[in-house]
Amino acid sequence: MSDSETPAGRAFDPRRLFGGRFGGHGGRLGIVYHDHGEDWAELALPYHPDLIGDPASGVLASGPILALMDMATSVGVWLKLDAFKGHATLDLRIDYLRPARPGRTVIGRGECYRITRSIAFVRGQAHDGDPNDPLAHVAGTFMAVEGYW
Amino acid sequence: MIPYAELLGLSVEPGETAPTYVMPFAVDVIGRPGFLHGGAIGGLLEMAAVGALKQALADEGAVRIKPINLTVDYMRGGRDKPTRARGTVTRLGTRVANVEAVAWQDEPDRPIAAARMNYLIVR
Repeated sequence: MSDSETPAGRAFDPRRLFGGRFGGHGGRLGIVYHDHGEDWAELALPYHPDLIGDPASGVLASGPILALMDMATSVGVWLKLDAFKGHATLDLRIDYLRPARPGRTVIGRGECYRITRSIAFVRGQAHDGDPNDPLAHVAGTFMAVEGYW
Repeated sequence: MIPYAELLGLSVEPGETAPTYVMPFAVDVIGRPGFLHGGAIGGLLEMAAVGALKQALADEGAVRIKPINLTVDYMRGGRDKPTRARGTVTRLGTRVANVEAVAWQDEPDRPIAAARMNYLIVR
């Protein structure tokens, strides 16, 4: 967890968005802020029995991981933009590299690597403890209906 | 019932080739105010895809399916009304299944989102 302050000259601080916890679907899933940089954000999805997709093994459903990555990449766009802009996911592709281990918190890292006036391009990975042993990989795009600038 | 399906508030309407899953509009599935969260729509599409695949495999007994990947296209914002989703198995192979799923609110031919998935089948 980063304890860094927002650097001078940067306006957008994702921690203010969260206020500790999201409301809505993110809040119901238990997704919280973890860390961020200039064009990336990390959010955390703590393990919870309500998120199980396979009761026999206790493995998380894939949906909460998709939601985590949708949100982490979205925050990554606002960080690269250094501003909050209303936008919507246009498409999101996720590869499930392996199941998340039951009981582990999943960390989702989303990065925005390019923004045009109307489209933001994102990618990211999720892991459950070791960033070098990812469990999911995503690529996607967001669209700002009124333009990013 | 699957805990995550319960979280989404899903109910199931049986169908000849695949079940239809219904997700009510509720605080637990909204993203930005007034709209469904993309993750909840994606989760609904995955449940519909798995439901269609399980129905296609119903005669085979113990078969495990593992998700390989998923691509979702978001076409319209999900508004304050129930959302339905149904999957279609486009190809059922010996090791891999290709499945599509569509989510809609008013009419099936005005989708709010659609997805393609690949599943590994472990017989």
